[in-house]
Order: sequence, then structure tokens, then C-alpha cells
Amino acid sequence: MSQTSTEIAARVGEILDAHEGMEGSLLPILHAIQAAYGYVPRDALPIIAKRLNLTRAEVHGVMSFYHDFREDPAGRHVLKLCRAEACQAMGGDRVAQHAQNRLGIEWHETTKDGRITLEPVFCLGLCACAPAALVDGKVVGRVDEARLDAIIEGVR
Amino acid sequence: MKDFIIPDRDFGTPAAKSKAMVTLTIDGFDVTVPEGTSIMRAAAELGISVPKLCATDSLDAFGSCRLCLVEIEGRNGTPASCTTPVAPGIKVHTQNAKLKQLRRGVMELYISDHPLDCLTCAANGDCELQDMAGAVGLRDVRYEKGENHFEVRNTSGEKNPNWLPKDESNPYFAYDPAKCIVCSRCVRACEEIQGTFALTIEGRGFDSRVSFGAKTDTALTSDCVSCGACVQACPTGTLQEKSVIDIGTPDRSVITTCAYCGVGCSFKAEMRGDELVRMTPYKHGKANRGHSCVKGRFAYGYASHKDRILSPMIRDSINDPWKEVSWPEAMEFASNRMKGIIAKHGRQSVGVITSSRCTNEEAYLVQKLTRAVFQNNNTDTCARVCHSPTGYGLGQTFGTSAGTQDFDSVEQTDVVILIGANPTDGHPVFASRLKKRLRQGAKLIVIDPRRIDLVDTAHIKAAHHLPLTPGTNVAVVTAIAHVIVTEGLFDEAFIRDRCDWDEFQDYAEFVSDPRHSPEATQFLTGVKADELRAAARLYAKGGNGAIYYGLGVTEHSQGSTTVIGIANLAMLTGNIGRPGVGVNPLRGQNNVQGSCDMGSFPHELPGYRHVKNDQVREVFESLWGVKIDNEPGLRIPNMLDAAVEGTFKGLYCQGEDILQSDPDTKHVAAGLAAMDCVIVHDLFLNETANYAHVFFPGSSFLEKDGTFTNAERRINRVRKVMAPRQGYADWEVTQLFAQAMGADWHYTHPSQIMDEIAMLTPSFAGVSYERLEELGSVQWPCNEKAPEGTPLMHIDGFVRGKGKFIVTEYVATDEKTGPRFPLLLTTGRILSQYNVGAQTRRTENVVWHAEDVLEIHPHDAELRGVRDGQFVKLSSRSGETSLRAKITDRVSPGVVYTTFHHPTTQANVITTDFSDWATNCPEYKVTAVQVSPSNGPTEWQEEYAAQAEASRRILAAE
Repeated sequence: MSQTSTEIAARVGEILDAHEGMEGSLLPILHAIQAAYGYVPRDALPIIAKRLNLTRAEVHGVMSFYHDFREDPAGRHVLKLCRAEACQAMGGDRVAQHAQNRLGIEWHETTKDGRITLEPVFCLGLCACAPAALVDGKVVGRVDEARLDAIIEGVR
Repeated sequence: MKDFIIPDRDFGTPAAKSKAMVTLTIDGFDVTVPEGTSIMRAAAELGISVPKLCATDSLDAFGSCRLCLVEIEGRNGTPASCTTPVAPGIKVHTQNAKLKQLRRGVMELYISDHPLDCLTCAANGDCELQDMAGAVGLRDVRYEKGENHFEVRNTSGEKNPNWLPKDESNPYFAYDPAKCIVCSRCVRACEEIQGTFALTIEGRGFDSRVSFGAKTDTALTSDCVSCGACVQACPTGTLQEKSVIDIGTPDRSVITTCAYCGVGCSFKAEMRGDELVRMTPYKHGKANRGHSCVKGRFAYGYASHKDRILSPMIRDSINDPWKEVSWPEAMEFASNRMKGIIAKHGRQSVGVITSSRCTNEEAYLVQKLTRAVFQNNNTDTCARVCHSPTGYGLGQTFGTSAGTQDFDSVEQTDVVILIGANPTDGHPVFASRLKKRLRQGAKLIVIDPRRIDLVDTAHIKAAHHLPLTPGTNVAVVTAIAHVIVTEGLFDEAFIRDRCDWDEFQDYAEFVSDPRHSPEATQFLTGVKADELRAAARLYAKGGNGAIYYGLGVTEHSQGSTTVIGIANLAMLTGNIGRPGVGVNPLRGQNNVQGSCDMGSFPHELPGYRHVKNDQVREVFESLWGVKIDNEPGLRIPNMLDAAVEGTFKGLYCQGEDILQSDPDTKHVAAGLAAMDCVIVHDLFLNETANYAHVFFPGSSFLEKDGTFTNAERRINRVRKVMAPRQGYADWEVTQLFAQAMGADWHYTHPSQIMDEIAMLTPSFAGVSYERLEELGSVQWPCNEKAPEGTPLMHIDGFVRGKGKFIVTEYVATDEKTGPRFPLLLTTGRILSQYNVGAQTRRTENVVWHAEDVLEIHPHDAELRGVRDGQFVKLSSRSGETSLRAKITDRVSPGVVYTTFHHPTTQANVITTDFSDWATNCPEYKVTAVQVSPSNGPTEWQEEYAAQAEASRRILAAE
């Protein structure tokens, strides 16, 4: 679904109105836009910058600092696999390789049918149950090949 | 970029301004510095350079590179010396075994992700990373080659996803991400110094990269204004001038003054042999404090442009092609013609125009030529068409024809009123200094028909924007005075002490009249009454109030009245005579102040002394050995009128393109065409030269010695960095011509001319080249009373004695809109181009502004069926031209706006010959016009182009 820039201007404008007068509102605004679109459309940046009396460079700097703000729409489901030390020690590499093979995509890619986006993440705070994953915002522990297949099947 | 030529030390962090002093010990030496100074700077004061990468004294400390670590006895750890302030009695060590090891470790990490191509790098020998590797004794990098940012491909030939190509989109500098150490100096320079915020660090950790604008931007498409601050701050070859990439590093530098606007920035012309490698802003320049704009820093290429004329040329008639001749031939031809005219039509039939682009010494000689050699007072200057009302208005009210402050004053301002000026385009370096103060919390009031950038730009928002109808300045200024007087906001103690109380009472009675209230004038001015009242209260009671104004004030039929009104406002509120306040005209040209000081006006001898004054004339007469005419001579418009009538026949015009810059082009052309001898002295065959008989090629500011006087009355040295390409400096050409006319002039250096000026002019009495060498620059008056010059004027009393309030009655201009011409045209400038563009159009600056466009409000555009980017015909009672339309709500409905940088547009075909009642300054800012869709150039433009082409023919050398 492609958004025309006038639609974006109107919707982003509404979100900006809702945050009017809030101190330090850039992050809440980015969150609200991502919640509305699933990502932060490129055309939104100059509109945010203008309203907050910033430049688009500054907004880009903030947005790009946080990996969770997306520049492009993700698949219908997002699967994040932990790549940090504890999970690697518990076979995370193997699970990751399995996920890539099974889905036929690399990191940060989405399956051709637009179903799943695969992303690395660094520590979900679930080291005791490593390897860990995050499926559409829900943490899952002790992910091995079988559980990963189940997850993939489950979001079909 | 570090300074290797004149070791102009970098102290690492800015100077602290505290008066309290702190003594500490660094490496066993005691040092006493102001409280708040960083340990790094304190060490630098002792001559100890702590290694550093992310620190430089033009930027606030950042503490990211971790190279400047030190140890402090009794404190834990190794704090960064740039972010740690001094404390009394502490003992600091900058060098020991532990620190050395730490620094080497840090450096090793930096170098592990840096291409070691130093020998072929443009920054070789001018690179702080290189220096620091040496300083910390880096001998080995233990890290194996891994993920990095600098290799295009790894050894197996796979593309490196972290590698980014060079961004060469900016015409003047390149950004090579492979060399970047992410010290953030460029990002901070863009924010803290320039105030544009065009740069950011994108990503984080290993992915951190410097980014121009947002993700898809390049340097050119971002908000970057190409001021060069980032290039200046970069410690490596990441941001590098393309000229250095092409030529190599410079080997010497000469401090000189920029020849563009009235800010008068000091620059270092960095040379290799006689080739100019780059211009870099001079840290100790008192006008610019180390900053620059795209014009001064980069747009100097015109001096070596192929269009530049290097040989004198003559022709019998303007219909003939030019013939290149030797200097003696040109002088003989010119002087014979001028002598012939004088013999036939009398000594009043010739005159001169001095240039605000040339040096004080050159302007002085040109007016001396007409006064002492032609023996008339027919001298005028381009200030006629810009700031002559400033001279008149401030002279009448305060007693001096100049601004009251220095630029440093803005650092102490609390409320700024900006009237009819667009500093981010016209005076960019001042704008950056103003923006810095605004970001610290000062308030801004903008009075301008157009929504200029400062009204609403990143981190800047004007407290009030009063979008007045062009031509109603006086009504607005008087309404502000009405509010201040009727609401009792004036400073009575100041007025009683410093001004004439009776005159104040007359004035107060006048402005208190209800017809001057904002409620009464709002229908006329278009400014909402409550907004104006709020602005007046803010200025009167908001602390130090300063007024800065530009040509939007002066270039009106009531220009002088507005200047007087502004002076009244400052006196009413006591905002005169201390730092942070004052009345500050933003001068257009580099030396418009100087050319006025030098007696370029027909009624005034140097130092603003009237030619009718016998005593003054005697001083000049005794030194010059001639009789000076006691009648004021002709102003430029009078010269042209007289030419059309047949009584004015010869003109020597130095460094000004009156055909393009003066109003009512057709009238100027007719005047020039009616003369028998027009001598144009310029770098290029400008538009005026199309009507000239003699062309003296000029020298650029790089090719001569002299002085410029900027908007803050600062006399800055211009220094010769290379020999004049056409043989003579401009002052020498004027002297040769004067000699050919029979004058006995024998100056061998401009310093002798300055000595003569000092001898004749009380406000310059203390000025000499030796003094300027000593002080760097000096603000006039400089004499026995003020041997070091005068940064602030009217401190204890006005120069004229008591400040004079003058009644400012609003009289609408005769230029009115009507059914045929329903819109008001106003004109302005753009950052990348300068004035008529003779110089900037011959540089890469055209990438930012290739043609003049007409800004029109969407409502007016729709009514006329005008589409964005379409050619439109712009017509007035004087003439018509065509240009492309740009639809924008920056202008109000009923107002259109354009620039006058390009000769093909000829915006001045449109402007009328209405002018200021006191000084004849033309009314560029108000013209009633009509706009209609069109499909190309007008007949006039085509005829003009054909004439210009025919006139520029030069005969092939035989």
C-alpha cells in the first residue's frame, strides 16, 4: 500500500497536533508515526522537522540512532533473533542459520510473500533461557530449530 | 583544518569569560586562568599541547576522542582535559607512562579504521590525525584487518558494505567518508558556529557516520549553505577543499579582507607561489571571529575567470568593436577626450563615480580626481543607491553617519529588531553571530514584507513578525514610537540627560496623536495592531535592545525618514551608548562605509564635511594646491539627467555597474548613450561598459594593498597577495589617468594615500598602516582622543551634542498600485549571489542560483493562471521583463519579490525613478507591477541582449 505525500502530510500533521506543546516530543512522535504506519515514512521527516523547529538532518540523526524505527514497511510479522554473547554460546548461530535457510532470506530482509521480516537483536534480557527470540513483540525462550519452525508455522 | 602556515595556536576550547582567576599547577608549572577554563586550554596557555582530536577552540568541548586524558593528583581516573575545568591548587600531569599507554591505545583504534594513504591524501602535512599519531608515538597497529569503513573491496574482491563513496556534489569541497574519524567537529561547527544544523551523525556505534541532511540527501541537496565551517573544523582530509585536492597544500598565507559584503570578514589567503590555494577565515578577525560564508570563503574564482579583461581598450563610438591598446595609448586617448569635453562644454560637464567595491585609498583618489583635477564636485558613489539615507538620517539625529556598535555587541543583545534586512542571505556571517545569540535566548522582532529565513528556521523563531506592506516603514516605526510614548515605556532619565527635552516633547506630542496608533495604521500597513503593540513593549522593556536594518529601510521614497524614526526609537528607549544596543545599518558592499567616509558624495569632502564650509575647503586647497569648487556637484541621477539634456558629457566610473544596479535601466542607458566619453574601470565588460568608450581593466582585491571599512566602521587591511594580472592596481590606474590629465601625483604606495587622508580628516587622524599592523584593525574615529579607535559610539553623549528627535510624518510614495498594476514588487538578495552578480555569476555559486525568479503568493498566481516554474511577464510603468515564477507563501498576497543578480532579467527595467526625498536613494523596494503568463523573453530583453553582444566585440589582435 503506497501512501501519497498529501495523505502522509495530513496524518503526520494530526500526530504532531496531538503532541503540540509537549517537551522533548520527538521520540514520542516517531513512536506514534511508527505505530500508525508500521514504519516512519521518509516524507514525514521534513514535516516533523518543520513543526519542531529542527532540521531534517537532526530528525534523521535521532531516528537512525534507534534501530527500531523503520524506514520501510516490515513484513506482516517480525521475527527477531538474539545475537548477543549468551545466546551465541547456547547455539544461537545455528538457530539463526536455520532461520535464514528456512525463510530463504538474509538479516533485515522480508520473505517474498511479505509474511516475515527477520532481524538480529542484541540481548533481550532473557539470557537464562537462551537462545532467545522476539516474535511480534513477544519474547520466546530456548529457541532451537524445532521451536523456530513452530514459530514460523504459527505466524502463517 | 589545523594551521600549519602561521602557527596560529589552537587552544583546544574557547576562552572562558569569567573575571575570577584560578591558579593551578600543570606539569610542575603554575598557571593562572579565568574560572571555567578547561585544563586543556590552561595547559595551552603554558605552551603545553595536550594531544587532542575532537577539540578545537572554535567549538565547545565535547570529550569524545579520549586522547586528551590527563591525571590530577588526588582524583580518580584519567579525565579528559577538554571537558574538565580548572580548580584552584590542583596538580595536573599531562604526560606519564600511564597516559602515554592509554593514548597510544586510543590512537591504535583510530588508525585501525583509517586508510593509510597519507602520501596521496590531500591533507598530507595538514592533518591532525597524522600529527597526533606522531605525538603519541604510535609505532605499530596490532589489530588485524577486520570490518572497516575505508576499503572499497576486501582481498577476495567482495564489496565492502560499510564503504561509502565520496560526496563531491558541493562545488567547493568533497566529503570522503572513508577518512572520517567521527569526531563530530563538523556537526558541531554547523550547529554552534554557522547555526544551520545541516549535518548530523547518523546511526550509532560502528555505524556512526557524518550525514548531510537526511538519508537520501547529498551535501548539495541538504540544508548546507556551504559556509565552510565544517571544512575548517575537520581535523583530517574527510572534508577538504577541492582546490587543495587539485593544487596541493599552500606554503604561505597573507591576512586580508573579503571584498563581498559589509561585514568585512578577515581571511587568510593561502598561497602556493602566486596561485591562490584557498581562502580561510582568520580566527583573530574582529568582524567575523573565524567564520565565513560561501562567497568569501569559496567564490573567488572570478579573479581568474576567462571573461576578465586584462588589456586596456578604446573605441571611437559605442557602435564600434573594442580595440585593445597599451596603457599609455589608453591614457592618451582617454585624457584627450576628457580634455576636449572640458574645453568645449566646461569643467562641470564631466564627473566621476567612486566604487564601494574598491579600497578607501582608491575611492579617495577618484574623488580627488574630480575635485582637484577636473575642478568640480561631480562625484557620487553606489552608496547613493543603497545607504545614503543612513548617512543623512544618523548624521542628523546622532551626529555621525555610521552604525553605533561593533559586531561583538550582538553577543550582549537581549532584543533585536531587524527591519528590511535579510542577514542570512545578505550578511551571512553576521547572521550566524545573531543566530547564536538568539539560540541563547535573545528575542527577535522581524519587520519585513517577506517571511525571511530568520522568522522561522531551525532553532530560531521570531517573537514577532510584522509583515508590512512595502512602502509603509515610516508608519510602522512611528506606530511603535506611539506605543512606547503613550504607554509610558520610554526612558525619561536617558532622554533628559542625553537628548533635547523640548524636541522630545514636540516629538512625543506628534507620535501620541491617535492617527499614529497601531489601530489606526493597521489598515494602511497591514500589520496587526496587537502584534505591533507587543513588539513595541518587548523592544522597550526587554533589556538591551538593538536595531539592525538594511536596504529595505533606505531604498524608499521615505528612506531617510525611516532611518530617523529608527534613531528616535533607540533614543526613546535609551538603547544607545553601551554594548548590546544601538542602531546598526547592515552595509551592502564591502567598502560602502569607506567610500562614503572618503568624500565620494558631491556635497561632502572626506570626513562628511560640507563643500560650502570655507575652512574645510582651505585645508584641502592648501594641501592639494588647487581651488575647490564651493558648490555641491551632481548626484548620479542628476548626471544622467544632465547627460540626456546634453550638458554632461564625460564620466569616469570605477567599479560600479550603474546600468544594471541603478533604477530605471532605460533612463540610465539613454544618459550613458548621450555622453562623449564614458570610461569604465572594472574587472569585466560589465553592462555599463556596453556604453563605454574607454575600458580600464581593474585589479581584484587580491592584487592590491589598501583598506576597506566595514559596517562597524572598522578599517581593515587589504593586502596584495599576487601581482595585478593586468599590470596595475586600481589606485595606480587612477593616478596614471590623473597624470595624463596633468596632475602632479606621485604616490608610490597606498599607505601614502592613507597618510594624506589622516592628515585631512579628523576622524582618521590616528590611522596609518603602521597602526593597522599593530592593532590588526581599527574602528574610526581614531585620533588623539581615541588612539585605539572607537568600538562603541555615543557612550557619554552624542557626537552632535544632544540627540535630536525629528518628527517623522508618513507620506505615501507616489508609486501606487492601481487596476493596471495591482501588485507591489520588492527586491532582495540571495545567499550565493552578490549584488549584480558580476563576480558570483562567474563562480560555481551558480549551482545554487542560476537565474532570478519571481516569488508570488499562491492566491495571486491562481488569479492570473500562473504555474510554478512558468515564464511570466513582469511589467510596471517603467518597463517590462520576464522571468520564471516561484509560487510561495513567503510573500503576502499582493506582494511579489525578486532578486537582481542576473543581467538577463534586468529587474531594474521595472523599477521606477522615484527616490528618497533627502538623498535621492532610489525606491527599489516598491514598484507597482502586473504579472501575466508569458512564453519567453520580452522584446526589450531581446533588444538588450543583441546590443550587449554587439557592444562586447573585441577586434582580433593584428
